[in-house]
Amino acid sequence: MTAPLLEVDDLHTTFRTPRGAMRAVDGVSLSLAAGETLGIVGESGSGKSVLGRTIMGLITNGPATQVTGSVRLAGVDVHGVKQARRRELWGTTVAMVFQDPMTSLNPVKRVGLHLTESLRLHRGLSKGAARERAVELLRQVGIPEPARRAGQYPHELSGGMRQRVVIAMALACDPQLLIADEPTTALDVTVQKQILDLLQSLAERLDMATILVSHDLGTVAGRTDRVAVMYAGRVAESAATDAVFGTPRHPYSQALIESIPSIESRPHSLLATIEGSPPNMLAPPAGCRFAARCRYAVDRCRVEAPALEPRGAAAGSVVACHFPLTAPLQHQRQEVGA
Amino acid sequence: MTVTEQAAPARTHASTLTATDVVVEFPVGRGQKVHAVSGVSLEVPPGTTLGILGESGCGKSTIGRALIQLPPPDSGSVRLGDLELTELGSRDLRRARARMQIIMQDPVSALNPRRKVKDLVWEGRSIWGHDGETPKDVLVDDMLRSVGLDPDAVRDKHPHELSGGQCQRVCIARALMMDPEVLICDEPVSSLDVSVQAQILNLLETSARSFGLSMVFIAHDVSVVKNISDQVMVMYLGKACEVVPSDEMHRTSVHPYTRLLLASIPGEPQDHPHAQQVSVELPSPLDPPSGCRFRTRCPIATDRCAAEEPRMREIAPGHTVACHHVAVGADE
Ligand SMILES: Nc1ncnc2c1ncn2[C@@H]1O[C@H](COP(=O)(O)OP(=O)(O)OP(=O)(O)O)[C@@H](O)[C@H]1O
Ligand SMILES: Nc1ncnc2c1ncn2[C@@H]1O[C@H](COP(=O)(O)OP(=O)(O)OP(=O)(O)O)[C@@H](O)[C@H]1O
Ligand code: SF4
Ligand code: SF4
Ligand SMILES: [Mg+2]
Ligand SMILES: [Mg+2]
Repeated sequence: MTAPLLEVDDLHTTFRTPRGAMRAVDGVSLSLAAGETLGIVGESGSGKSVLGRTIMGLITNGPATQVTGSVRLAGVDVHGVKQARRRELWGTTVAMVFQDPMTSLNPVKRVGLHLTESLRLHRGLSKGAARERAVELLRQVGIPEPARRAGQYPHELSGGMRQRVVIAMALACDPQLLIADEPTTALDVTVQKQILDLLQSLAERLDMATILVSHDLGTVAGRTDRVAVMYAGRVAESAATDAVFGTPRHPYSQALIESIPSIESRPHSLLATIEGSPPNMLAPPAGCRFAARCRYAVDRCRVEAPALEPRGAAAGSVVACHFPLTAPLQHQRQEVGA
Repeated sequence: MTVTEQAAPARTHASTLTATDVVVEFPVGRGQKVHAVSGVSLEVPPGTTLGILGESGCGKSTIGRALIQLPPPDSGSVRLGDLELTELGSRDLRRARARMQIIMQDPVSALNPRRKVKDLVWEGRSIWGHDGETPKDVLVDDMLRSVGLDPDAVRDKHPHELSGGQCQRVCIARALMMDPEVLICDEPVSSLDVSVQAQILNLLETSARSFGLSMVFIAHDVSVVKNISDQVMVMYLGKACEVVPSDEMHRTSVHPYTRLLLASIPGEPQDHPHAQQVSVELPSPLDPPSGCRFRTRCPIATDRCAAEEPRMREIAPGHTVACHHVAVGADE
């Protein structure tokens, strides 16, 4: 077996804030093979974006931040090498797409220039060749009349078009891993679907590994091979996507899935809710972080933190719970209603 | 559930909310105007919920605000029972507006940051004076409890000391305090976290029932709208495409745009013949396409669609659709 493309081992990202140490990512391990797709879901503040940025090496050890553990990307220890070596990875080994396309676009630069700059820098292409490749990339991401669009400024494009440009920028140097952080949250549902379809087909065609970060479970269902559910800076559960949605083993995954209205549910039916709110990450609780909101919690949960372990399920499936669930979701739902 | 059913007044005055041919346009200079809402009609019988679906900029908020005359429509009629709202003077209009409350997307900015929760909840009532027997504080506490807040914990807090979900509960309490007949909810959960969304949706559902409210519920998430509504109106670029009973809407709706929305739900198969779209470019509301406004993205558009505007027609009880070719599509 070859080494995986990405290996994250016991990663901690802690921000030193005036109010204390903010443990945004608090012991995450995961791995991803070439061409594989991983979804990362969890509610606001659970550490999804910080994890993505730490993997990328955009967040590193510094005066205000502490990073421990390791990230190995295509054999390179992202946090062990010098900044110059890390920069070489960006674009060619790993690239990132953020929620708001305008954060990645310079309003006074034409669309084409955003692409040709990095093509000339990383690929050493001539001006003419870079321009040709830029138009080709815009065509690949489904932009009609790519040559004309290349001459326009970002504000002349719709939100969906801008996000396509950002995706084209991320793909410009054929990265082996694409990290997409809520790439469609700001877009309309019809456009959302097109962008996600596009990412999926490009990933398949270019044999690129993808991490798709989202607070929306529906977005990752059916589009990823595996899912990691994050809660309060940790992975609560990670398994094949179908398994998580069909038979969630962590009570938090179960509650999260149940709280979303389905198009199949009857009008006026009440939704399952998760009462309470996530713990304060300046002072996280000692035991299981979900204990205060968990309907199955017992005394042991409040003192002993569960480790992320296979606990008997299929290979590659891990859960951080002392009492993992075993029944498929339908059964669990009926129990809740009873 | 955290919702109690106390404080529910017996409703004797419920009226139907009716809008007919409502037009709202915004001049934007150089003789141009945004055709935000172009002749929309709707009806919300007492105690029912009408959902409004559609993508960004299609005029959902504009029609919602036109219902409470903020601003009044450029033409068309809005009636609450027998009362024609577009013809009221400012004093009568204020009185009528109190019967219709609105809940907005961003609960934090909807609340005055300098006021305490108890004052925010009472604000609307203080304008009308309080002539009842029950002391104000008791009414406020009861209302806070009925929206799932602990009065002792939140009464004296300011909005910034509360979470987004708690702020939205305060907004709902404030609206319910006015004993409205109609609640207009404009994307009330879009800014909230997944696990909090379900709590607020349940609260709106149970409040509508126990307070006997009619609701207009605006959102862009099909499943959320379906779940809370009796009927769903789908809008595209300032016009209504289809009004369909929510119950089986994912199977019975026929307008090509509604089908596109349904096919865009993550995980839903794209099996309907109308589910593909032709173009990704949204037409400009400054210069909407002639005929059917959806024609530039419609997979089954014909010449007729450019020449002639499709009218709303009833194809089943409570189910109307504006499309020249749905009869064809429905058989496929
Ligand atoms: N630079 C920083 N300094 C201090 N705290 C930070 C910093 N960046 C993020 N955090 C905190 O770290 C936690 C995790 O943030 P993160 O952005 O990863 O959440 P998320 O899961 O991406 O949430 P969302 O769904 O809202 O994007 C949050 O509590 C956030 O406030
Ligand atoms: N005050 C205004 N002046 C000019 N144009 C406006 C004004 N308010 C709204 N519009 C325009 O009218 C159209 C309809 O806007 P509206 O806010 O009703 O859409 P919406 O369906 O609520 O969209 P969203 O889902 O983004 O909230 C849009 O093109 C919008 O830009
Ligand atoms: S360890 Fe205990 S509290 Fe935590 S999720 Fe499992 S059952 Fe719930
Ligand atoms: S009227 Fe024509 S363009 Fe409009 S939805 Fe129907 S078929 Fe499509
Ligand atoms: Mg984030
Ligand atoms: Mg709006």
